[in-house]
Parts: sequence; C-alpha cells; structure tokens
Amino acid sequence: MSGAVLRADASWAADSTRVVREILAQPIVPGDIVPLADYLALPANRRGAIGVWLAADSEPAQIAPFATELALIAIDFPAFKDGRGFSIATLLRTRYGFTGDLRAIGDVLIDQLFYMRRVGFTSFALRADQDPGAAVAALRTFSDVYQASVTQPLPYFRRRAAHGARP
Amino acid sequence: MYRYDAFDHRIVQERVAQYRGQLERHLAGKLSEDEFRPLRLQNGLYIQRHAPMLRIAIPYGLISAEQMRKLAHIARRYDRGYGHFSTRQNLQFNWIKLEETADILAELASVSMHAIQTSGNCVRNITSDEFAGITRDEIVDPRPLAEILRQWSTFHPEFAYLPRKFKIAVSGSREDRAATAFHDIGLFALRSPEGEKGFRVSVGGGMGRTPVIGTVIRDFLPWQEYLNYCEAILRVYNRYGRRDNIWKARIKILVRALGGEEFARQVEEEFAHLQGGPSTVPDAEYERVAAHFEPFDYETDLADTIDLRGDKPFARWVERNVREHRVTGYRAVVLSLKKTGTAPGDATAEQMDVVADWSERYGFGELRVTHEQNLVLPDVRVDQLYALWKDARAAGLATPNIGLLTDIIACPGGDFCGLANAKSIPIAKAIQHRFDDLDYVYDLGEINLNISGCINSCGHHHVGHIGILGVDKDGSEWYQVSIGGADGSDAAHGRVAVGKILGPSFAADEVPDVIEKLIGVYVARREDDERFIDTVVRLGIDPFKQGVYGSRPGKNESALAEAA
Repeated sequence: MSGAVLRADASWAADSTRVVREILAQPIVPGDIVPLADYLALPANRRGAIGVWLAADSEPAQIAPFATELALIAIDFPAFKDGRGFSIATLLRTRYGFTGDLRAIGDVLIDQLFYMRRVGFTSFALRADQDPGAAVAALRTFSDVYQASVTQPLPYFRRRAAHGARP
Repeated sequence: MYRYDAFDHRIVQERVAQYRGQLERHLAGKLSEDEFRPLRLQNGLYIQRHAPMLRIAIPYGLISAEQMRKLAHIARRYDRGYGHFSTRQNLQFNWIKLEETADILAELASVSMHAIQTSGNCVRNITSDEFAGITRDEIVDPRPLAEILRQWSTFHPEFAYLPRKFKIAVSGSREDRAATAFHDIGLFALRSPEGEKGFRVSVGGGMGRTPVIGTVIRDFLPWQEYLNYCEAILRVYNRYGRRDNIWKARIKILVRALGGEEFARQVEEEFAHLQGGPSTVPDAEYERVAAHFEPFDYETDLADTIDLRGDKPFARWVERNVREHRVTGYRAVVLSLKKTGTAPGDATAEQMDVVADWSERYGFGELRVTHEQNLVLPDVRVDQLYALWKDARAAGLATPNIGLLTDIIACPGGDFCGLANAKSIPIAKAIQHRFDDLDYVYDLGEINLNISGCINSCGHHHVGHIGILGVDKDGSEWYQVSIGGADGSDAAHGRVAVGKILGPSFAADEVPDVIEKLIGVYVARREDDERFIDTVVRLGIDPFKQGVYGSRPGKNESALAEAA
C-alpha cells in the first residue's frame, strides 16, 4: 500500500511525506523527513513542516530540544533484526517528551509491529512487500502484556487486582 | 511451583496462535527463511543437521510430573522417543517436523509450558539453582524472583532484537550452583546487614569464543529494583552493543570495550530514571508469586538417618547422588543421566514417564533439571531412599557418579548440531567406557569434565576441571584439551576460572588416552584427598602438559587454537 501508512489504531492513512535519505542538491520542501544532522542545520523558521528521521545509532537526546514542536519523528530500521530503534522510541516517549507521530521506517515487517506499537510508534511505513491484512492482525497479537512499556506504563502486576475477577 | 493463572494461559495460547500464523505464512512461501528465522528462533526452533530441533523452556529447571509426562508424549508422538536435557535447564527434541511445530507448542501450552525465547537474540530462559528452596545453605529463595523475571522478560517489546542472545542466572545460596559469574547478567541473591533481600549484580560473564568472568557492577541492589536495573543494563546494551560482528556482539565485549566502571556508570545513569518507577516490584506481587513456592506438606518427626542395610552399591549411591535437605527426614536425589553408553543428558520417553511417577510416589509431584544435565527428585523421604534406588537402578538412572569424572557435561555436538565443528557424544562415551570401573572413578573423587563441540561452548568446556573443545582443522575433527576451569560451585571451593589450554589438539581416538594421562599425573602427584582441580591449581599445568605430551611435539601443532 504505497502512499499509505498503517497507524497504531489499525487504520490506514494517506501519506504524502517523503523520506529524504540523503540531502544532495534538492531543495527541502514541506512534508520532507530529513536526516537528523540536516534537520539540526535548518534555520529555525524553516523547521515547521519538516520531519526528521533518526538513524539506529543516533542519540535521541539531540532532538530533545525540538521534541515539543516536531509533528513527526521517524526512526529507521536498517534491518528488521536491528532492535536499537525500540530503545530510541522508548526514550523519545518516556524521557524526551515527544508526543507527535512516531513512525517506523526502513525494514519494517509485520512481525515487529506489535512490539513497535508498544514502545510508542504511532505509524508504520511498511516495507512494500508486506501483506496489509496480516499487518492489521499483527497489531492485535496479544490481548495483554506482562511488563510496562510506553503504551502501558503499568506492569500487569500493578493492574492484576483490577483484573482479578476475570476468569 | 508456579502455576499459570488465566492470564498466563491466555498469553501463551496467543503466542501459539501467532506462531501458527507465521509458520503458515512461511510454508506458503509468504515469509522468507531469512525473515522466518528470528521468529522461529524466539520459539525455540532451530534448523539442524538432520531435522529441526525444538528447545523447550524449563524455567529455572522446575518441572511438574504432568509436564514431564507431556514431554514423554511429545517425544513419542513427534520425535524418536527421546529428548536431551541441556546445560541451560532446557529440553531439546532433535527430530521434529517443521510442519508439526505449532501443534507441539499447543500441546506444551496445555500444561503451562512453552518454547518462548529459548533461542534468538533476546532474553533467554532464566536459569537457577536446582536445589532452590530445599537446600540448607539458602539465603534467599531464588524461585519467586526468577519467575517474576521470567514474566517481565516474556515478550519484552524493547529487548526482542538485541545484538545477541542474553542469559540471566539467579542464585540464592552460599554456594553458587547457577554459575552466575558466567552469565550476561548474574543475580546473586544475598541479604544486607539489616536483613533485606537484594542482589549482587554482575554483567558480561560468559563462555563462547571469548570466555569472561562477569564484572560486579553492584554489590547490593535492593530486590524490589531488580527489574528496573535489568532494564537499565539491557537498554545500554541494546543501544551500544556491537551488531557488525556476531563474535563481538555479546554484552561482555561492550563491557570490556567501555571498561567495567564506565559501563556501570552508564547503567546507573539509566537506572536513576527508572528507580522507584512502576516496574519496582511491590511486596504484594512478591508474596503472590512466592505463595506458589511455599513448602510442601512435609511430614514431621521423621528419623533423619539413612539405613544403608550393609548394601555397598546403595551406600555408594547415597554418598554420590543423595543430597541434604533443609527438612529433617528428607533428601534430594540426583538421577544420573550419565550412564555409560548413553549420550549425556538424554532421556527416553519411558524414563520421562517413570521419573514423573517417582516424583509422585517419592515426593510431591515435582522435579528439577540441573545444568549438569541430570534430574533431581527434590523431596524424598529418607525411609524411601532404598526403594527409590532399586527403581532407579532398574531404569538405568542410578549410576552413582554425580560430580565424578563420568558425570560428563556435553552438548549434542556434531551428531545433531548445525553449528558444531566436531562430535561430542562419541567422545563422552569413549571416556565413559575408558573409565568404566566405578570404584576407580569413585576413588578419583570430584572432577568436572565438560565437552563442547564448538566454540559456542554449550558444553561449558571453559569451566570444566577438564575441558574438551571440538575444533575444525582442514575439514577434520580435532579436540583441544584444557584444565583448571571452575564454575564457582563448591566442586572447586567457589573458585571461578577459565581453563588453560594444554597444548596442540588431538584426534578423537586419542582423547581417552589424554584423559588417562592427565588422571595419571593427578594420581601420582595428589596429596592426601586433594581433588583434581586443587592439584592443578597447586602445580600449574606444566606437569600435566609433560604427562600428556612428554617431550614430543603434538600431532597437530597448528591447530593450537584461538580461544584467547
């Protein structure tokens, strides 16, 4: 589903952003998602409609000063087995106060979606070959979880009492 | 032991459904082998030399009679009638059909078992002391803490795609029977001077290509904070551990690169944000879980003396295979899976069934799996030991060799494992045959002999008093022998050490001779009742080297390997 991203609520949203992997000579236009270094180099008055993407080895603290004004931060997964993005997402959400759209880009496969959603990703630019139906189902793999994470800050042992009556 | 509630059952069943979907997509060609691999691995499924291998978790080594019978059933129905207990307290089936793996996981789920995170680059099965809860040297019962950690690590969303596998061990006794110094995180439970429970935390221990003794980064961590502290360690590792080279990806390499102090500083900095947060474990949760491990309804006023009946073989077995118990009139019994001629750690379906029966007849329906690849009946009444011994002897499970030379730890090796450079099982069998005289082996006293078929070290050769490592040299199998390793248990008085390589490696048929020569040096030089390991420590390796190689050079000088 090109031109669309899956959202954490299992809906699909049209998407006209462009991930600029490397800025060469082309102008940056609104809707672009640019590398962290290029974003930091932008004059303040141009940052408005521009998004930023973080590489797996980036320090999310660097984007912290802009966390409240950014509408979109993307985190790149260079390979689906590379889990650094899960920690970066957790830090952006729990430590640096980012509340905008957090998007997974790169090698994003449906079998990572459940965990990605839990660490605070709100949209997923799936790799082109992924099955949209299976992707939606994957978001609902587990009905509940043991440990705390971004989307469920209380571990089950702090919620158990409320669930106690369940069969 | 811990019994699943409705919540735990639901999670495991949902996991089965998830895996079934992934398997179907894979079989239908919609999920490539590359993409299926990490998913199947996190469900314990390897593709091996002959067939897929399924590794089933036995959390901290505790298993019920019902669960053991289920393993027997799976062995019969889906495998070739046997299974292999591993050095990580897991059970491996070596002849599984890929198409049936989801059905097997469903069978396991029906008895509160799973294969979750028994492989892959994630937090693996938590291991612990096989005598937890029944031993007299216990400071803190590690089982509830291991169970809470199991739940916390199960499907942890942030730590499912780590640079490499991650092993946590929990120990709670004076004697460290869980080799905590050789784990990615070692949690050694103790009490503060005020009597509070806590952990000494070490990181970056491990075997593998680069054996390292863990670095203590916290002398005392209040137990309530241990999930937060593990999260801090894992976050630092997940972000900064190397991913460019599989041989440099374990946490030990990061700890070494940063230095223990700097690594500890980064962990503490991260921990400062988490301390006291929602994942701090409340007393109520500890008590809820601990209630599952409350002592059984032991009989009181039992006599504590074992009547040896003048039966020498029985007395020998009592001495080697029967261990103290904190309740008067009870003992823990180690059932040896090291009978000469069988692969170390292998058990047949019939043996699994029969030990399940014994756990009910001679106990409370519970068993333990040890990292030395034996089974334990934890609660046997003293007056039933003789009857149990007769049963165990008939079933081939009463070899009185626990802790002795023939109680060999061995990985499945090249007969099964796709990673192995060399076979392990035939080497173990050849050594057992060579030392088949029980009286002689008994007189030699405690010797840990560990065999790994490759540098991944599943057979823990680095910590064997004698370690044997299979190496590949121009396509043929060679064996490197080391001595002086020790895992931190009382077998070497708590000593923790990586074995030293003796010299050039040997062909398979030379190995029993080499062991015999090592033993010859020991017997000639030992003082009083000195153990083998103590003689090695006292003399150093030179006399042993001399005894094995004499003045002639080894056959295969160039295979002198790489383990440093």
